[in-house]
Formats: sequence, C-alpha cells, structure tokens
Amino acid sequence: MSQDIFALIEHRAGQISDPSFELLGMARPLAGASGGEVVALVLGRDVDAITAQMGAADRVIEITGASVENFTPTGYVAALRPLVEERAPALVLLPNSAVGMDVAGGLSAATGLPLVGYATDVRMEDGRPVVTSQIYAGKLNAEAVMDRTPGLVTVVAGAAPADAGRAEGSPRVERLEAPAADARVRFLRLVMPEAADVDITKEEILVAVGRGIGDGDDIEVVEELAEALGGAVACSRPVVDAGWLPKARQVGKSGLKVKPKLYIAVGISGAPEHLEGMRDAELIVAINSDPKAPIFSVAHYGVTEDLFDVVPALTEQVESA
Amino acid sequence: MNIAVLLKQVPDLAEDLEIADSGDALDPEYVTYVLNEFDDYALEEALQLKEATGGSVTAISLGTEDAEDALYTAVAKGADAAVKVGDFEEEPLDTHTAARILASVLRDRGFDLILTGVQAIDDLDGWTAPLVATYLGIPHVSVVTHIAPSDGGVKVDQEYAGGLMAEFEVSFPAVLGVQAARAVPRYAPVSKVRQAMQTTEIEEIGAEPEGSSGITVRRLYAPEAAGHAEMLEGAPEAVAERLASILRERGLVAG
Repeated sequence: MSQDIFALIEHRAGQISDPSFELLGMARPLAGASGGEVVALVLGRDVDAITAQMGAADRVIEITGASVENFTPTGYVAALRPLVEERAPALVLLPNSAVGMDVAGGLSAATGLPLVGYATDVRMEDGRPVVTSQIYAGKLNAEAVMDRTPGLVTVVAGAAPADAGRAEGSPRVERLEAPAADARVRFLRLVMPEAADVDITKEEILVAVGRGIGDGDDIEVVEELAEALGGAVACSRPVVDAGWLPKARQVGKSGLKVKPKLYIAVGISGAPEHLEGMRDAELIVAINSDPKAPIFSVAHYGVTEDLFDVVPALTEQVESA
Repeated sequence: MNIAVLLKQVPDLAEDLEIADSGDALDPEYVTYVLNEFDDYALEEALQLKEATGGSVTAISLGTEDAEDALYTAVAKGADAAVKVGDFEEEPLDTHTAARILASVLRDRGFDLILTGVQAIDDLDGWTAPLVATYLGIPHVSVVTHIAPSDGGVKVDQEYAGGLMAEFEVSFPAVLGVQAARAVPRYAPVSKVRQAMQTTEIEEIGAEPEGSSGITVRRLYAPEAAGHAEMLEGAPEAVAERLASILRERGLVAG
C-alpha cells in the first residue's frame, strides 16, 4: 500500500491530451499532502516520446506491449488491474473521457474499488478520498467520501490548469510488460474528423444554438444573426444528435473547443460538457428563458427574454448599423 | 442479433432540483422522472439493428418510478419483450448496485449485444455499460457513435474529443455505452403505447440490492457560480438595442 497518486495519461497519434497534464498538476498537491509520489501511467508500444513529457511526475510506470499499442478498453483494464491491485496507491486519477469511463468503470467492477466520476476536486481526509463532482448536468455538486483506497476518480477536463502538469524533468521510469492481447476487442484504426465547410475554431464570432431552439427549421433566426455579425453558426451536442447541424459545428467536450471574440449562446442551458468548449471566449452573451441555466455562470451578459423576439431584434439592430 | 437494452429513469432537469433536508440526496417528493435520453438512443440503435439484421430487442429496467411507462413505450416502438426487475420505487439505486442486479438478470439469457446509454445525469459512481459488462465478464466499449454488424460481432466507433474516433471490432457478447444513434429516436404515438399496455405482459423478476457503491454522498449542493452574467432586463427590442451597443463598444459591430 502506498500514498502515491497515480495519473493515467491519455494519448493517441503521438499527442497527449490536455486533461492528462491537468491530472499531473492536480496530483502534485495531493502527493504533497499524502507524502507519496506523483506517478504517471503511460501505456503503449513505443512511448519514449510520451514519457519525455512527464517532467511533472516523480515517476513514470510504462506498460508496453502489443495489447496496449492502441487504446482498447479490454487492453488497458487488463494491463492496469494487476498494477493497481498490487501497488494500492491512494488514488488513481483518470480523465472523465471515453478512455477514463471504460478504464475506471472496468477497474472498479473488476477490483471492487470505489469510483467517483465527474470530479472537479479531490482531497484526502484522514486517509480517505473526498471528491467533489458535478452532476445533474452541472446543476448540483456532490461531495462524496470513498470507503477505502485506492480510489478511482475520473476528473472533468478543465478542472485544473494543464500548465501545472507540464514541466521539464526526467522522472524515474519503471517498465512493465503488458499482458497478451484480448481478442474480443480489436482496434482497427483511428478516424480523423471530416474536413468541414467551416472551421468554427477559427471564427472570431460564433452564434451557437442549443436545444432551446425547439425545431431544426427555426435555426434560421440564428443563421441570420450570424450572417449579420459576419460570424458562423455553432451548436451544442443535442442539435447535432437531432440531425439539425453537422458535427463540425459542435462546441463542447465531444466537439470542438473554441475561443472566439464573441460567443452568443442561444437556447443553450450550459451543461458542463458544453461549457468546457467555450468558457474562454472573450465575450459571452447567453439567451435562455431559464434564469437558473448554468450558462449564466460563464456568460458576461444574460437575457431571459424569448429568443424568438430577441434574436431577430438584434439582427435588425446589427444590420441597421 | 438478440439485443437487450437497459433503460433507466433519471430526474427531469426541466424541473427545479430540490435537495432533501438531510442534505445528501434529492427530495423524493419533488422529483419527476424521465427516460435517460442516452438510453433512448440505445433503444433506437437496437431497433435499427434488429430491422437490418433480424433478431429481437428486449427492454429491461429496474422497477423504479415510471419504469413501466418506459417499458411500454419501448414495446410500442418495436421492442419484442420487456422486463421489470425488482421494486425500487422508494430508493434510487447507485449505479454499481443497479449494475450488479442487471448483470444477474442478463447472465445466461444469451444476448449477443447489450446496449445502454453512455451515461446518465445521476451517474456519480460510474457508468452502467462498463460495470454491467465487467460483472458479466464480457467486454465493453463506451461513447459509441456507430454500430454495424460484423462477423460474430459488431464494428463500433468510439468517439473522442474534437470528433476524433477509433474503430473497433467487438465479438459477441458485449456491452456498448451508446453516445448517439444513427437517427433521431422514433416517436411512439400514445395510441400505440396504450395498445402495448393492453397486449404486453411485462416479465417481472424479483431482486434485492446487494453490496454498495463504495462511496457515501456527504452532501448535494448548488454550485456557487464563480461569476454571474449581468442580466439585461426589459422588452426584447430594448434588450436587443442594449446588446447591439455593447457589441459596438467592443468593436465587434460596425457603427
């Protein structure tokens, strides 16, 4: 048993995800408090280039082999389970991403170790992890204590600064072999996103539409405003799921991260997954009939009037300038 | 393909969430429930796969409040059978406990594929797909946005940030956490749901909760926003005028 803080590094096609660095940054004060080390877990085949960026960790454990050359839920869980059980660190931090959900969920059920998701903060209290999480689409926080260690915690992107996890340095490296591949899940290939007619990450002005628009046909009022402003239309996930706009327009955790000069959110409630994609915009205006919508916590200006009155009126104002 | 779809009711976010006096749970008096939207996507995918390849779709839900509505609706949409497990109207279950129960029901039923929503708004202690799969000893893939039949299994896409995806081939039996369906979930007219209520026999299986999630919720509380928008009040035209002048001040609009 140790007081170490393990952090699972998510990487693909040679790129380390920003949330992975956030985990390393988050792990540092935890390790300081517990008296353990920050240990980065790097799985893959040739991972030298990944390990070289783990300067913020005290130690790197590399698990390498064909079964983890590319991420599969079965491969990663099989590789990590014996490690977590044997070393029994205080915490295993994972990103709250597809990788984190599959790995943490799989590990929790396999080992009986407790799991908390959607975490924004973790601390140790009398040797037990206490986790603060966002649930109910960000409307409420939950504070939960885990009944034993190691605790598995998936941390939402943006919960900590990524820069705190980037550092020069040469941590000690321990090399382990991954188990044989599990034939039940086979990685075939990575698919890059389709090139889009518009790259919303490059636009200075975005007018984003959410479920509040009600009907795909009514997106027109938003398109007119975007045009008047010389910007582009973006959207939240439900609009893409409904088939009203293409994926390339989606802002948020499973879409794109944008940082425009102006972001007008129309009929978007502001679930954490969406906020993750746009909270750094310079000026955020939110139009939503629910005064308690979480979007208002990141917007600079808010309007609760009916979007079907405000948006066309604003378009007219802009056009007449 | 014989497919099971796991459905769960979740608190309706259109209503205000009231916290119980104990401070560690929602006040049950004020919660209304709706089907987890991701489970609806899972059901739609199951029905699409059945229409393409034949087989059957069985909708399964724990016996929580309004579970029967969801099951009858699933049948009205085309599910062949519906199963209600236990009586949990009083006490919502954590995801681990629910998963253990569902796994015990699914075991030995010979489903090729088990679909469920990738997540639910009350999934504090984890997610149904990886938990159920692992309790069953079968593989799982979460955040699935595409499913296609393959030899002895399915090909699936798992979606990552920025629209990047990985394609996997998964052998039966397996559990998938569905993020998106290939079509908007179909609509079941009220008349069809009523018909389902009359003609369908929901299979009822008893179950008792066992074990725990390993976590204890100490408190639920509304987040303190780090900041708050300056709210612009007034008639829509006045608000639009004010917004336009703000944009002009910032040089975002000419004039």
